[in-house]
Amino acid sequence: MQGLRLRAEIIDAIREFFRSRGSLEVETPAIVPSPGVDAHLDAIGVVLRPAGDDGPEVARWLATSPEYHMKRLLAAGSGPIHQLGKSWRDGERGRLHEPEFTMLEWYLPGADDSALMDQTEQLVRALADRFADGVLRHDGAEAATGAEPFARMTFRQAFHEHLGLDPLDDPERRLGLALRAAGIKAPRPANRDDLVDLLLAFVVQPKLGLGRPCFVTDWPESRAALAQVRPGRDDDLRASAARFELYACGVELCNGYHELVDATEQQRRIEAENAQRAALGKAPYPIDKDFLAALEAGLPDCAGNALGVDRLVMLLLAAESLGDVRSFLVDLP
Amino acid sequence: MSMLSHTELRKGVKLEINGEPGIIVSSDFVKPGKGQAFTRIKVRSFITGNTLERTVKSNEKMPKADVEERNCQFLYKDGEDYHFMDSTSYDQLAITAEVLGDAAKWMEENMEARLLLWQGRAISVEPPNFVELEITECEPGIKGDTAQGGTKPVTLSTGAIITVPLFINQGEWVRIDTRTGEYMERVKK
Repeated sequence: MQGLRLRAEIIDAIREFFRSRGSLEVETPAIVPSPGVDAHLDAIGVVLRPAGDDGPEVARWLATSPEYHMKRLLAAGSGPIHQLGKSWRDGERGRLHEPEFTMLEWYLPGADDSALMDQTEQLVRALADRFADGVLRHDGAEAATGAEPFARMTFRQAFHEHLGLDPLDDPERRLGLALRAAGIKAPRPANRDDLVDLLLAFVVQPKLGLGRPCFVTDWPESRAALAQVRPGRDDDLRASAARFELYACGVELCNGYHELVDATEQQRRIEAENAQRAALGKAPYPIDKDFLAALEAGLPDCAGNALGVDRLVMLLLAAESLGDVRSFLVDLP
Repeated sequence: MSMLSHTELRKGVKLEINGEPGIIVSSDFVKPGKGQAFTRIKVRSFITGNTLERTVKSNEKMPKADVEERNCQFLYKDGEDYHFMDSTSYDQLAITAEVLGDAAKWMEENMEARLLLWQGRAISVEPPNFVELEITECEPGIKGDTAQGGTKPVTLSTGAIITVPLFINQGEWVRIDTRTGEYMERVKK
């Protein structure tokens, strides 16, 4: 019960953080006509019978994230908004995953990914100062949020630093050898995406955010999701996604974008995700026309972030598992 | 053959790997940075006792082990063989100490157990999750130390050695979790 009381205080502190910055708290639907089209996100389907037991069935989904609806509010002129609520993802269960979880999602008009990282850092530092004496803890690891700024490294730098290889340019054979050296048996056949995902999950991620939290920035263009893509710069001439993730104690805490505002490009990406779903033998999801219409009408330039609240509370309270910081978990066999 | 999807690959599930039946001893679900999901499992083979590792993609399936479970009763030990009786058919079966493995530590006459058969052949015996056994050898508790929460090793009637709190004495009965081999509580007999 002490854990639940602290969790409630943390939730209050998050709300206060956004309220004091002029952000509006909003609520968007849990039951949606399109759950967010992503090749690797599976939604939980629900069936409604609006005309009663004898009436026709209407298939809907539980939202995998509130992104589409929140962007519709932004396009309608909401200004900065935030939401604390549940999201649902089927088939995700493990040490750091639950099919139902609490997400903090927020959008800051006029900001880019760098400005949003600054704000994310302020939020995490404020919470850690108040609830964790400035140190996030998990599974024997620590990440101090104190005086030093959080580390920032690009996706490619993270691979260089922790594996000494390049995820995009090095031959697949080399990635496979690195995986084997780490004692991980890759499924066969495994393509570059598989190898990069496996190295990221089992070798790189556990080393991120040790000592102090770390942002991983500039994700490969192929992993842009709903982020803007910007041309190469400085010493790296490849285009990259204006996307970041924050890690502490090897745990991924959030995923943020300088948001894509181009409706045509957005539609192209949704269709590409659905094509990839089909290639994986999964059913495509309907395209949310209202969401695309909102982009056509004009989504303001903005950055947005989605943060796993259960994971953050777990690290703030130095709890061992997600179950320790939740009143109940979904009851599954 | 029925198949297991990657979300069903959880600890304790029995599956077939490299043509042999095994049990999942650890399972780690990962999904890096909005990428695809993988489940990394470690499987202990019932045949060789070796632990095998496999990383399974989210759209891959693994064959379920075609094993049959039977309730049985432990009768007696005869040299290297442990004799059991099938509780339904009353058939008697001899199981080697090798197949029994760690389960042998907890086996006392008349105890119920679960026998696992694969292609008609006994591959594993699961003792009850909790057993109650007598302490046959133990050093006396040290006076005044009961509140300190200290522990000591003792020998059980089956010959197994476990760790118990200092206040437990010879001739007393204790309840043990056979999955962890840990002392649970003292019981009155």
